[in-house]
Amino acid sequence: MNILLEAFKQSFELVFTLNADLFEILLLSLKVSFFSLFFSCLLGLPLGTFLAIKNFWGRDIVLIFFNTMMGLPPVVVGLIVYLLISRSGPFGWLGILYTPTAMIIAQMILIIPIIVSLTAQTIEDIHQEYKSLFYSLVVPYHKAIIAYLFDARYLILTVMLAGFGRAISEVGAVIIVGGNIDHLTRVMTTTIALETSKGNLSLALALGIILLSIALITNFILISLKIRAKRRMYV
Amino acid sequence: MSKKTFVGPHDLTPIQFKDLSVILGQKIILDKINCKIKSNSITAVLGPNGAGKSIFLQTINGLFSIQSGRLNFNLMEINQEIRKQQAMVFQNPVLLRRTVIANLQFISNLRNKESNRLLKKILSKVGLEGYEKKPARLLSGGEKQRLSMARALIINPNLLLLDEPTANLDPYSLKLIEDLVLEENSIGKTIIFTTHDMSQAKRLATDVIFLNKGKVLEQTISKTFFKSPKTLEAQKYINGEILI
Repeated sequence: MNILLEAFKQSFELVFTLNADLFEILLLSLKVSFFSLFFSCLLGLPLGTFLAIKNFWGRDIVLIFFNTMMGLPPVVVGLIVYLLISRSGPFGWLGILYTPTAMIIAQMILIIPIIVSLTAQTIEDIHQEYKSLFYSLVVPYHKAIIAYLFDARYLILTVMLAGFGRAISEVGAVIIVGGNIDHLTRVMTTTIALETSKGNLSLALALGIILLSIALITNFILISLKIRAKRRMYV
Repeated sequence: MSKKTFVGPHDLTPIQFKDLSVILGQKIILDKINCKIKSNSITAVLGPNGAGKSIFLQTINGLFSIQSGRLNFNLMEINQEIRKQQAMVFQNPVLLRRTVIANLQFISNLRNKESNRLLKKILSKVGLEGYEKKPARLLSGGEKQRLSMARALIINPNLLLLDEPTANLDPYSLKLIEDLVLEENSIGKTIIFTTHDMSQAKRLATDVIFLNKGKVLEQTISKTFFKSPKTLEAQKYINGEILI
């Protein structure tokens, strides 16, 4: 019990003394998660919306595919990306193995299905309400997609939060393609795994506390925004 | 006062139905409809619940596909350009999850890119001045319907389709919408509306189409319809009797 308390004490010290190593890891984690979320949204939000509003042969198969991909094991994704970008792989010439770029790609593969599936579900509900109006107004598909995404903006925040949660907490894929190299590809989750195995619980706990704080703050902001939007009947 | 003729890219009228049928699932909703809607007219589509009035309007608007027969707009088949010259006001107004002005800006950006000043002018026309920043879905039923009407007016349509536009509205909203209908017609636009309000149909309509069980039982000028309806069904409907 004392060991645990000591670890907590040390972890708070690391956070409040603005430990340089800790913040380097934290910043890289946020950077990798942010960019993987950003690029995933860029692809996943329009695709999810398109799947929600367009009826075509095979649409259900595509949706089932993305729903299934939501449960992709990160280590499998890590392994596949590793094989593709390793020196002997087809994209070896890019030279991105053990770089943050590789980590972003691996995380995108994990996040895109989440963004696509949840966006499709979210937009489908609004589509039921809007479809007659949009068809009556002869709204082109690309403008409809933008309108749906804009009107679902507060609900889409939840989708993005789910994607961000997956990215920031992910360890299996980034450890394979990033290599957990100090000052280069070491992020919060890989450090927690490493430090725990070394018995250095204080740093691991400090990062754990920060991870939880990030989740708490983002959820708090999101819920505040949604309450405000609900009052204005925007959700 | 003589009517001005609306000069649009295409004149959509007369609208002609020839043996037109619409089937949803196994059910025949519109059954071999034959009728003609005149240019610059205000046509009331009357009939009991389930007669097919809303589907009739939505078919004109291209929301339902035609199983058989033909629908011609000034001898042209329905296409995107024709649909763009129509505006439909639904019985239950569908408003975007935005402010009142943003709802109008959406249509304006889509079509004619009207200035914000003109949008505000249209808002004032429908009695919604000062509501620009209000979330549209927080409006009352009457206000929502008036906003829906404003949205239709922004399109500056050749043909205005109104599906029970004044159902459950207060007298102020009702009068405002009726005045707008007459004003739009006075500048040469063709209007087709559905209603259960006989006095409203008498006040507004120049022509009447009476539907029952998906069939057109009567088409005549309004005065004749209300004075001496030809069919027993129409007589019963006007007298408020149940149609079986």
